[in-house]
Formats: sequence, C-alpha cells, structure tokens
Amino acid sequence: MAKAHVYKRDHVNTDEIIPARYLNSDDPAELATHCLEDLDTDFVKKCTPGDVVVCGDDFGCGSSREHAVWAFQGAKVGAIIAHSFARIFYRNCINCGFYPIELHGALEKINDGDELEIDYKTGTIDNKTQGTKIEFTALPDFALEIVNDGGLLEHIKKKK
Amino acid sequence: MGMTITEKIFARAAGKASVKPGDLVNAKLDGVMCHDVTTPPSISMLKERGIDTIFDPEKLYITPDHFQPAKDIKSAELHKRLDKWARENNLPYYYPLGKAGVCHALLPEQGHIRPGELIVGGDSHTCTYGAFGCFSAGIGSTDLAAAIAIGELWFKVPASMRFTLNGSLPKGVYSKDVVLEVIRRIGTDGALYKAIEYVGPALKEMSMEARMTITNMAIEAGGKNAIIAADEVTEEYLKGRLKGKQDYVMLESDPDAEYVHEDTIDCSALEPLVAFPHLPSNGRKISECAGEVMDQCYIGSCTNGRIEDYRIAASIMKGRQVQIRTLIVPTTPTVWRQANDEGLLNIFQSAGCVVSAPTCGACLGGFMGVLGAGEKCVSTTNRNFVGRMGDPTSEAYLCNPATAAASAVEGKLADPRNYL
Ligand code: SF4
Repeated sequence: MAKAHVYKRDHVNTDEIIPARYLNSDDPAELATHCLEDLDTDFVKKCTPGDVVVCGDDFGCGSSREHAVWAFQGAKVGAIIAHSFARIFYRNCINCGFYPIELHGALEKINDGDELEIDYKTGTIDNKTQGTKIEFTALPDFALEIVNDGGLLEHIKKKK
Repeated sequence: MGMTITEKIFARAAGKASVKPGDLVNAKLDGVMCHDVTTPPSISMLKERGIDTIFDPEKLYITPDHFQPAKDIKSAELHKRLDKWARENNLPYYYPLGKAGVCHALLPEQGHIRPGELIVGGDSHTCTYGAFGCFSAGIGSTDLAAAIAIGELWFKVPASMRFTLNGSLPKGVYSKDVVLEVIRRIGTDGALYKAIEYVGPALKEMSMEARMTITNMAIEAGGKNAIIAADEVTEEYLKGRLKGKQDYVMLESDPDAEYVHEDTIDCSALEPLVAFPHLPSNGRKISECAGEVMDQCYIGSCTNGRIEDYRIAASIMKGRQVQIRTLIVPTTPTVWRQANDEGLLNIFQSAGCVVSAPTCGACLGGFMGVLGAGEKCVSTTNRNFVGRMGDPTSEAYLCNPATAAASAVEGKLADPRNYL
C-alpha cells in the first residue's frame, strides 16, 4: 500500500526537488535527505517506503539533473503521479527504472493521505481510502521493458 | 509529406528515408557534451557495470563548469573523477581549468557544433546548439552513460512549432526579449515534447550569439529542442573555427512540412521584458515594472554571457557607478580575454562590479554570488524558479544585458533605453 503525498501545484521544478546546492554529491542516500526540501521541508520525515507523490502539470521541469530521480529513489518513493511531466525528467525516470504515472485529473481523484494500490501492468490505481478505481495509460512496451530491466544500462547490457 | 529540419536530422541519424512526429527511433549521435555535475555519475555507472567502451573520443566535448574552480571538497572530488576519466581515455576535446568555460558558450565557440548534426549533452540547456541548424537536446546521466558508451539513443521524433520573427529589434530590445515573449505567450510547458523552429527576416539581422540566446531558452518553454536553419551568418561564424570534421549539411524545412502551432512575433513592437519570479513565463514590460528595488545584478550564463552581451552592458556602465552588488562572469577564457582586450573589464571594475573567472557559479545558486533570504537579483540568466539562485525565499528577475546593466546603475529595475 502506498500513501499519497499531494501537492496542488504545477511546474514543480528540479530546483525544488533537489536544490543545486546539493549537486556536489551523486549519492542517492545523501540526496534523499534533501528530497523536495524547497517545496516541503518535512517531506522526507513524512515519507515511508513506497509512498507516492501527486502533483499537477509539468512535474520535474527545469534541469536535466538525474539527481532529482535519485533523490526520490533514495527516499524510497514508489512513484510520481502527475497530470503531465517535463520531458527530460520523464525520460530520466524510465532510464532509472522509476515509474512516472501520467494521470490527467490526478489532483481531483487523489487526496493527501489516501492509501493507494497501484498495478503498473494494467495501469490501474485502487484508491482504498475513497473506494474508487482509477485508470492510467501504462507506459509503452519498450519503456516498460526498460523499467522492468531496472533501467537503461541494464537493458542495454541484457540486449548485448 | 514534407519534413522539418528536425525530422530530416532524425531520419538521417536513424538511417531512414523519412520519419514523422511520434516515431520512436534509435539514432546515432554526432556529439556528446559532458560537464562536472552530470558526467561523473555516468562514468561511475559505466564502471560499475564493467563497460569501458567509448563510442568515439573525437565526439566527446568535456568541460567542468558548474562548480569550477572547485567550490568545496565535494565538488573537487567530482572534478577529480571527470579529470581522471578524460586523461585516462586521452579524450582530445577536454577543457580543464584555464581552458574551461560554461559548456554551451564554449562548445560553439571552440568549433564543435556543426549544422545538420544530432548532439546531446548532460545538461538541459544543450538545446542552445540548435542555433546552428542542428538538433540538440539535454539528457540525464543514464542516457549520457549510454551515449558515451555506444553513441546511440532512443528518441521520440517531436512535432514542431514554428515562430516567425518579423520586423527588426528596436533600440534596447534584444534577442532575449524575443524568447521571453515566446515563453510569455506559450507558458513554461507550451512546447512540451516539441521542437520550436524559428524563421523570419528578424533572424537575418541577428548574430550567432544573439540566436543562441533564443535557442538556449527552449527548455524554459518545455521544448525538446529549438532550431534555426543555418545561413550565411552561420557559415561566416564557422569559418576557420571548426575542429576536426570540416564538412556539414545546411538543411531547410520543406514548404509542406507540418507544424502543430504557428505564431508570428513583430520584433519592432517589442519592449525590454523582465521575467518576474518564479517562472520564466512571467514576462512584464519594463515600462510597467521599472522601480522594483534589487539587491544584486548578475551578467553572465549560457544565455547572455558572450562578448556581445558585455559590449552592451559596458556601453551603459561606462563612466557610471553601480548601486548594487554586480557580478560580471564571462563564460569562456576567450570571452574573458576579448572583454579585457577591448577594455570592457576595466569599465566594469571602475563602475564597481566584480569580474570573475568563467563558471556557472551563481546562475544555479552554486557559489560566487549566492542570494540570501529574501534577496532579489536582476539577472541575464534563464531560470527564476524557487531557490534557483540561492535561498528558497530569494528571487531572480530575468532580462537582457542592457536592462541588467541599467538596473545595476539605478539599484532597481530600470529601462535601458534611457541610457542608449
Ligand atoms: S550557465 Fe546556468 S543555465 Fe547555463 S549551463 Fe551553467 S548553470 Fe546551466
């Protein structure tokens, strides 16, 4: 079960996810301690493994820093659910084996604290708190393959 | 159906006769940009997996810039990892301290960007190179690792938008104002996943430097890339500059190529704009916002840190004094030397500015001019997100180099047209 941390915001950018002052490290565990710091200083304290972050449009806009994805992975966030994603962040998620869930209207369908069960293969979210089923478009096959292989490099290695 | 320049580049790089928007292609890369923040992780990823191949050493362009000269022990370690890797692999186009510069200013200046190529880089503003009629886009460290090792990546061919730039720029208005106007119109995700093509007579009057300011900020509109067809201005710039391979292809979009969005900008009608916090799309006319008190001025970055920008700023600061902390950060050693030779650095220093070595530094709130709580900075950079230049409560106001210089002189947002 995943708890939803909802931020009713569009354009949550990479500077809020992991500020540049911490980019002198690329250690996920260290980055994790500052995850979403400039948006919500308490996020890391509130987050338990597998929890998801829910936002509006254009999530992850800004820099190409993959550190943003590593910070979430280090903080053991299960997935990000957003109305839409910025391109490089979206691509980085797939390449790191981290699932970006594109879901229009997510902010209306999920409230802060809702307990969710997510089935990535079928593209369904079971909102246990509200007793609703939400569908999302699953990743295209080739991208799902990369995520399931554990990221792009594992995927390339496997294909060789 | 006809193809855009972007589509033509993808078709060639993927070995296909034609491609269309939405196609997933595996494309061969012509160049890969590597810097000190995103590349060391890529090197480690490859090492951990026992991959030690480099697809083509001649196609890797490497420079430390974000935290160089090293700002602290941790960034020194990043630089060591980058340096060791570049030296061990005898990478010919490695620019260490002394030769290093802000990546997107350095690569074109050093002759590594050719029209028609497909270039990626571990930095979101890699889209800058599109000013040369090539496809270029930013990628993360995992993509970068794959790019370094095998020289190939998967791409979704983007749909294209087209902006026609008519008229000519009035006094005090620069290409920065054109791109701020574009972002003001379409928003920071207005070009999400898309290519932005610029055409029109106003471009003919713009130097390569001015064009790079426009393509640089494609990412601030969410775009995948921006592109301007190469022309005589491009050829002139490239003459005698290209390193290695000398030939290139100048492509044009077919007359029947498809665009999902078209718009026209009358450059003659533009005013200097200032993008207010915290989005690059918050552009306001200087006539409507002059007077806003600032704490700092920053003139530099891959957006507006080239020689032309310093000439513009110096013309305003000459014989005057700045009222606020003002940082002049030339983006490359060549720009620094040129500004010095032309006496510009002298003008800045006499005006009370500080001149630094080439670095990204304060542009990303790294070091060398980071903002404290609540401070406001008028800046020629490209981003004004929350916390971008320092404390989460600090603010960045984005503008052209003339507006920045005039604002430094007055200590508040000021109309540069009063000084030109
Ligand atoms: S100057 Fe600023 S925007 Fe440009 S590459 Fe450096 S940090 Fe990024």
